[in-house]
Amino acid sequence: MATLNINGTPHQVDAPDDMPLLWVIRDIIGLTGTKFGCGIAQCGACTVHIDGQAARSCVLPISAIGDKKITTIEAVGETSAGKSIQKAWLDLEVMQCGYCQSGQIMSACALLGQHPHPNDEQIDTAMAGNICRCGTYPRIRAAIKIAAKEGA
Amino acid sequence: MSQGLIQGLAEKHIVANPPRRNFLKFAASVSATTAGGMVLSISMPALSQGKQTQSYDELEAGKNVLAPNAFIKIDTNGEVTMIMPKVEMGQGVYTSLPMLLAEELEVDVQTVKLEHAPPNDKLYGDAMLGAQVTGGSTSIRAMWDPLRQAGAVCRSLLVTAAAQKWKVDESTCQARSGVIYHEASGRKLGYGELVKVASALPVPTKVALKDPKDFKVIGTSAKRLDTPDKVNGLAKFGIDAHPDKVKFAVIATSPVFGGKLISVDDSRALKMPGVLQVVKVDNAVAVIGIHTWAAKRGLGALEIKWDEGKSTAVKTGDLIQDLRDASKKPGAVAKKEGNAASAFKKADKTLSVEYEQPFLAHATMEPMNCTVEVGASGCDIWVGTQIPTFAQGMAAKTLGIPVEKVRLHNFLIGGGFGRRLEFDGVVQAVKIAKQVKGPVKVIWTREEDIQHDMFRPYYFDRISAGLDAKGKPVSWSHRIVGSSIMARFAPPAVKNGVDPDAVEVSADPPYELPNLYVDYVRVEPRDVPTAFWRGVGPTRGTFVVESFIDELAALAKVDPVKYRLDLLNKTPRLKNALQIAASKSDWGKPLAKGKGRGVSVMHAFGSFLAMIVDITVNPQGEVKVDKVVCAVDCGLTVNPNTVLAQIEGGVIFGLSAVLYNEITIKNGRVEQTNFNDYRVMRINEAPVFDIHLIKSAEAPGGIGEPGTAAIGAALANAVFSATGKRIRKLPIGNQLQA
Repeated sequence: MATLNINGTPHQVDAPDDMPLLWVIRDIIGLTGTKFGCGIAQCGACTVHIDGQAARSCVLPISAIGDKKITTIEAVGETSAGKSIQKAWLDLEVMQCGYCQSGQIMSACALLGQHPHPNDEQIDTAMAGNICRCGTYPRIRAAIKIAAKEGA
Repeated sequence: MSQGLIQGLAEKHIVANPPRRNFLKFAASVSATTAGGMVLSISMPALSQGKQTQSYDELEAGKNVLAPNAFIKIDTNGEVTMIMPKVEMGQGVYTSLPMLLAEELEVDVQTVKLEHAPPNDKLYGDAMLGAQVTGGSTSIRAMWDPLRQAGAVCRSLLVTAAAQKWKVDESTCQARSGVIYHEASGRKLGYGELVKVASALPVPTKVALKDPKDFKVIGTSAKRLDTPDKVNGLAKFGIDAHPDKVKFAVIATSPVFGGKLISVDDSRALKMPGVLQVVKVDNAVAVIGIHTWAAKRGLGALEIKWDEGKSTAVKTGDLIQDLRDASKKPGAVAKKEGNAASAFKKADKTLSVEYEQPFLAHATMEPMNCTVEVGASGCDIWVGTQIPTFAQGMAAKTLGIPVEKVRLHNFLIGGGFGRRLEFDGVVQAVKIAKQVKGPVKVIWTREEDIQHDMFRPYYFDRISAGLDAKGKPVSWSHRIVGSSIMARFAPPAVKNGVDPDAVEVSADPPYELPNLYVDYVRVEPRDVPTAFWRGVGPTRGTFVVESFIDELAALAKVDPVKYRLDLLNKTPRLKNALQIAASKSDWGKPLAKGKGRGVSVMHAFGSFLAMIVDITVNPQGEVKVDKVVCAVDCGLTVNPNTVLAQIEGGVIFGLSAVLYNEITIKNGRVEQTNFNDYRVMRINEAPVFDIHLIKSAEAPGGIGEPGTAAIGAALANAVFSATGKRIRKLPIGNQLQA
């Protein structure tokens, strides 16, 4: 039995040590906002925060997490960065199919945590790990800048 | 893609649903052809007149709900629910379609609640596709009249109900924002308060629609209704279905196309924690676990023996050689005007070239998945699908049960692009679930998703033209060689050997070409399954036609924009779009070394686009797309912001393919596995956009696919402008690297 601190709540989970956090969150806890996309940390759909840092949950074994705080898309709106990113995403109508957007938003929030006013290069670095097949990239870039401005 | 898909599926695969078959009979006669797909002339059964409660079979008759047709339910609180005849896969129809309804119903679109429709062709099929299908950029075009009419009919019932209550003339009552007003007496009644009276009234057959100048909703960038739940993880895609006691399955399919399963040694897998069961189906094995991870580990522990069949040595080159060989024989004639052969002989200059376009995977962000429970009371399916009735019908056929016993629950779709027009994943999941107690969620790994996709076919085109002394094309001959998706999907759509999708755009170029000859040779890529892919025929046809016209401009030593403009007089909306794109871009201005600028135009799906793209090619031969200028005439625009989003997204989708993507085959199996070797454009590679929407009062055109269809040639032409090298084979890949 491992204890995982997810969105401020401790969860006792009966799962093998090598089980990636993604499947614990989705299949055992039942939080389905975090998405499966590739399974090899190539697409970013599974991005969550571990102590505020973006992490790809599809390759993160739960044994590596310990008592660190896990935040998923369901709770990121409780942070100020999360709130402003979500608002900017809606104001600019970033989303199309939306499947990758949980991961995009988690990466964007982590970026603002690190660089409250990111330049284009910092946006590229933080967001290039998140694929969007609908091609919402121009709006993601614009929305991050708006959120940064409003968070100032 | 066009209506043909419907008849084909119905006649070929589906036997169980008499009402649908009756409906589909209407679809048998093609009445008109327009660019972007043939259009059928049939009435909308969902809107046929009659008693209100016949139109929506789940409705509780007269019980506090007003439901004059299959699309609307209004309860006594005045809450309006719209039952969505199309699926949302990002293209924005869960906003644009409610806008059509709200415009005539006179309600605030932001208050409309949405429900996925149950599978029912009779109620939710449309006149373009003839069944409940979302695809081919048809949603707005097909639902433009029916949904406005549905809203208007409902509004007229509410007005009549209020007038009867107040004993006043209907013409003195006005509907606004969910309320009927009687200005003269200052009285008003909310829609909810009128539900009981209105639901007892006979439903009018047809109600006059608004003059477009009075539109209040249509033409505005109304906020999307589906996105608030997409920023907080609450939106539910098929993969998020989580029925009680669900089990999880991961599959391995025969790596070689056409291979079969011989045997499985599951002794190690079954001893692993969390592994519940191993199930065999046709050419695949599934491991069932208490969660996806257990199933995945179990799969890795299986020892599977495959009969790899006859295709074990097949490689892409063999399939291309099949096409090349076939291209030497004449095909089925798709278009013959004048005499291209004799004009060619008399031409001042001639050019004959070949173009090739690769196999492509869809690589939707949401991998293929389907959750199924087969039990005593029938079958439940939880899946995001573009074809709910066909999926339901195939599940019924697979299980040998009546179609009514299959309950299909549709979901938001995490990327369709044509992949979810197929039911292979549903049928496979049903076969697995049949052997499992309780619900089971089958998720394909990304590797399965890419390697066992149904691919955009490889196409091989031969094209030649002759120019007169002034450089004008006096002869144009084009042979298209490749798989016919229609022949599988909708056989009756293929007439005299011509697949209308395969030759779309090619058989009807927008240019004045006095001597035109286009034929089609069908060659299937042996065991490789093929399917529609975003932009369908127009994506591949536009790449060839617009690359070739650019080559002719160069041969004639005429500016590529001017060359096109001179030939576009028969397509004035396209000519106008090109003039606007050219004026808004830096067309004609000199370029720095390493920079290139290319143009293409496209008319399909009822829309007209011109695109001008600026690129940089670095000394290593890598292409960076800097800027895309686009002028769009898609007729009357329902939601301008959605149109912009579809152009941006459609272009980026197309850019991934043109720059990077190809599925290659070696030893009978797909070589690519995941996003590491099937590269997708990322944020740092995306261009900036400058999109101009052209105001138009013409009928709305489709917009989900034109961006994808138009970008390929513009980019290839920009590469020529930058490097002098013609791209005649996609993807660009490393062709420019020294």
